[in-house]
Amino acid sequence: MKTLVVAEHNNSELSAATLSVVEAAKKLGKDIDILVAGNSASTVVDQAKSVEGVSQVLSFNDARFANEIAEDLAECIVSVADDYCYFLASSSTTGKNNLPRAAALMDLQQVSEVIEIIDDKTFKKPIYAGSCIATVKSDQEKNVLTIRTTAFDKSALGVGSAEVVEKTVPDTASRKAQFVKNELTVSDRPELTSADIVISGGRGMQNAENFALLEGIATKLNAAVGASRAAVDSGFAPNDYQVGQTGKSVAPNLYIAVGISGAIQHLAGMKDSKTIVAINKDEEAPIFKVADYGLVADLFEALPDLESKL
Amino acid sequence: MKILIPIKRVNDYNVKVRPNQANTDVDLNNVKMAINPFCEIAVEEAIKLKEAGKADEIVVVTIGDDKHQEQLRTALALGADRAILVKTDESLEPLTVAKVLVKVYEKENPNLVIMGKVGIDGDHNQTGQMFGALTGLPQATFASELEVNGNAIEVTREIDGGLETLSTELPAVVTTDLRLNEPRYASLPNIMKAKRKPLEEINIGDLGIDTTSKISTLKVESPPERQEGVKVETVDALVDKLRNEAKVI
Repeated sequence: MKTLVVAEHNNSELSAATLSVVEAAKKLGKDIDILVAGNSASTVVDQAKSVEGVSQVLSFNDARFANEIAEDLAECIVSVADDYCYFLASSSTTGKNNLPRAAALMDLQQVSEVIEIIDDKTFKKPIYAGSCIATVKSDQEKNVLTIRTTAFDKSALGVGSAEVVEKTVPDTASRKAQFVKNELTVSDRPELTSADIVISGGRGMQNAENFALLEGIATKLNAAVGASRAAVDSGFAPNDYQVGQTGKSVAPNLYIAVGISGAIQHLAGMKDSKTIVAINKDEEAPIFKVADYGLVADLFEALPDLESKL
Repeated sequence: MKILIPIKRVNDYNVKVRPNQANTDVDLNNVKMAINPFCEIAVEEAIKLKEAGKADEIVVVTIGDDKHQEQLRTALALGADRAILVKTDESLEPLTVAKVLVKVYEKENPNLVIMGKVGIDGDHNQTGQMFGALTGLPQATFASELEVNGNAIEVTREIDGGLETLSTELPAVVTTDLRLNEPRYASLPNIMKAKRKPLEEINIGDLGIDTTSKISTLKVESPPERQEGVKVETVDALVDKLRNEAKVI
């Protein structure tokens, strides 16, 4: 019995998140295969077979994966399930959407957002918005896990040469939703969850226009721009900027929190960052408790000053 | 159109939940409980559809002990028509919850099921997708917009890269994201009226579902604390630290 990693990709590139899922999979001690469900996604298959530690790539090549629908992907996973005792995907919105559907079809209870693999049946995961960490043990022979990718390193690309096995997409038994359109955020900046440096703004930014103060610094540092939930809820930034328990988890080398008080739900999404900087005029703000470097200052003075000195 | 809204009783989201002394579970003694915020958004969306003349009946369902009546009454006060309590003293896993909901779904035969994308207690984010799998219904998760056009829906979903729109015929299951709507508060007259709305109780034992847990919790602890760093006085000092000490820029 082997471990199946469900690849995440956009039909042209394998997501970095999948490299972290493979790294997590290695801790389970089984042979690792990657499932790629794509539409003429040969570059993704090539990347997948070059990931360190991967034995086989199961390629489901089908036009219906031009835009992936959970109903189809779940059926693909179930169609190969006999060979596997672990099913892993990242806890991105894609993995969260697909994997529980497959788990239920296999009558398996999933463990979500795994941050540590202790042994073959024991896992750690955050609960209550990261306020607590639970250690859970599964009684199941087979297990389904979504992986919080910031908690694991990335397996190397371009080193392996796994065998590629072509698979046929099974007919989806259930009725399914149809893809209509995507409106993806276009940005020249690095992607939030894989950026080396992230600069995020909170309610202290006061309005959407002031986010330009962060953009200038982000350009100089080649950083991604994020936001706290408070800033998103106030309409200062789009939801896909959101860092925190209800948004994205990030763990860059440098995280700069500006005008963010540091609510537990925000900390849950960024406290694994290597170096944390907090800029806030309230010296009592909880964000300073997790910051390596704290600057108590008015952000409207500090940000232009910082930009000029980079 | 009939809408089924499964809801969950959880800690009030303003409360910081901590592990108990024995580190075996969280300590919910004296913690204020409420409808899970994402479930509240589901209730609100159903009420808006009813107000727009697109839904006739809203049924809310939850699973738990007698205390769960509070959250059902709140949903009734907000505008649901009828409530169902599936009674159990056990805490159920998402897969079991999905199986219970399938039984309720088969009995009620709704056109649309709307539920929260995640409970803010266990942070599983599974039940809606599992319910979709077990019923064979199409799923549209993490909805930030829901449009009902006759027997079809169009759903805008919050995904990591932006937004995705799906369409499907009904019946279907939709899970809510934060920005779908802003839930209203119940008015006092509606709270009084809710006391007379029907609340049906079903014993979980009568549903013929194996409720045994497949995952057990060994330990619950606080996350490791990060060491508090240093305060710097000026932007110059900050840049110097980042360049020469942390070496991250």
